[in-house]
Amino acid sequence: MSAVLTASGIWKAFGDKEVLRGISLELEANEVVALIGPSGSGKSTLLRCLNLLEPIDDGQILLGGDDISDPRVDADGVRARFGVVFQHYNLFPHLSVLDNVTLAARRVHRMPRQEAEDRAMRWLERIGLADKAREHPDRLSGGQQQRAAIARAIMTDPEVLLLDEITSALDPELVGEVLDLVRELASDGATILMATHEMAFARDVAHRVLFLDGGVVVEEGPARELFAAPREPRTREFLARLSA
Amino acid sequence: MTHQPSELELDRRAFRSRRERRSVLVAIASTLAFAVIVWATLASTPGWAIVQAAFFDPEVALRSLPRVWDGFLLNLQVLGMSVVTVGVCALFLATLRTLPGAVFFPLRVLAAAYTDVFRGLPFIIVLYLFGFGIPTLTGERVPPIVLGTLCITLTYSAYVSEVIRAGIEAVHPSQRLAARALGLSYAQTLRRVVLPQAFRKITPPLMNDFVAMQKDVGLISILGAVDAVRAAQIMNAQTYNFTPYVVAGILFILLAIPSVRLTDWYTARLRQREQMGSIV
Ligand SMILES: Nc1ncnc2c1ncn2[C@@H]1O[C@H](COP(=O)(O)OP(=O)(O)OP(=O)(O)O)[C@@H](O)[C@H]1O
Ligand SMILES: [Mg+2]
Repeated sequence: MSAVLTASGIWKAFGDKEVLRGISLELEANEVVALIGPSGSGKSTLLRCLNLLEPIDDGQILLGGDDISDPRVDADGVRARFGVVFQHYNLFPHLSVLDNVTLAARRVHRMPRQEAEDRAMRWLERIGLADKAREHPDRLSGGQQQRAAIARAIMTDPEVLLLDEITSALDPELVGEVLDLVRELASDGATILMATHEMAFARDVAHRVLFLDGGVVVEEGPARELFAAPREPRTREFLARLSA
Repeated sequence: MTHQPSELELDRRAFRSRRERRSVLVAIASTLAFAVIVWATLASTPGWAIVQAAFFDPEVALRSLPRVWDGFLLNLQVLGMSVVTVGVCALFLATLRTLPGAVFFPLRVLAAAYTDVFRGLPFIIVLYLFGFGIPTLTGERVPPIVLGTLCITLTYSAYVSEVIRAGIEAVHPSQRLAARALGLSYAQTLRRVVLPQAFRKITPPLMNDFVAMQKDVGLISILGAVDAVRAAQIMNAQTYNFTPYVVAGILFILLAIPSVRLTDWYTARLRQREQMGSIV
């Protein structure tokens, strides 16, 4: 297997505050990796650094063998190779669901309108939102909005899907429908890096888990092993606090 | 199967429509009564006849209307051209002022200086400086319409660009983030995501500026254009009567009313469609 995404020695500070202090990770093709860790440990920052939404202070990021941390690369082109889903969906309120989903396909990937809409409709049908295609996002429930946001992110076949706590803004009864969709994408072979607070889901779906704390990867390992028998005291403490 | 309203509900509906009919009637009656009282008070005021003859003379109004109307068409032309030029220039200025990055610092400063100067400068001084200054410099006759449009554009671009900038900055940063994450460039993000949302937010203040502009096109009479105001002035000199000014004034008011109503309707419709407040 070959690595799709490799990050090594990523440093990032906001002012004096060092948020990421030499983080390395590797994502194989079709692999699902979960990022866990306390609030403020830098999970969101790491995800934003990986797809160049945030400049890094040091380190290197390789995507499909290309050094995307090189300042000479076309950052917009790099971002288009990632799919991102945010905690608060961040759908565009002035566009219909269909236009949200087709925006990048049409404007970035230059797909003809008809082709983009056909493709989007196939996705919306698959996730059960075909009847909402012409609605504006605020007419949808939180779970529906988040599923539309996922459709928007995967519409253009990204090489890596970055999910940032995509269920933590949802009512508990809506979490299931979104996680089911992610589970489906994972079994279809998507390469996913997800920050999450849903430990049961991480254990279930992720192949590997990275535990982040204080800006470093404290522990990483196969999901089942890490949850069943954490080696590091800090990991144990974190998991114990969650299950308490 | 549709729901059959109960007796109780039908009763309540009948009561509500009776009450509604009654309140409409009351409103009509009170408006009429108020109008009659005002009219009677005015008519019985000594000197009202003189006021009426000097300001509201139907015969003078009728005679001056064609010329004032012709002038008004000139105002409309200037207004029409200015809407386009102000829109383009203001958008350009607002874009400059919101450019990120150190490289664009001089452009940001320049745009900021421009808006500061032209928002502070009284419009009448702009008219004198540019409306009379430019023909003097070039030594050629420039049509007053062009000069008027130029002056309006210089001043109103500054105001409108500030409104647009406020709108751009009011769009939540997470919207930009989501657009950039999709691979949209800075310009695409601005055009497809930020500006459409910004314009929805700023429609009311923009319409305010538009109404103000509708009135200020009346000032181009200073440049010697025979617009509505100038035509009224000429008629006033001929008839020794102020009615032509009232006629011109009414034309400007009639022009403003649709814009104002349109804004109300438009904002209501947008709110309905997007429930703007509910979006984080
Ligand atoms: N743009 C920014 N400017 C300044 N500080 C920031 C910025 N973004 C994040 N931080 C800081 O970086 C630290 C890590 O934030 P981050 O959002 O990455 O944590 P997280 O692990 O995602 O937390 P959570 O689980 O609460 O989402 C926090 O202390 C935060 O205050
Ligand atoms: Mg976070």
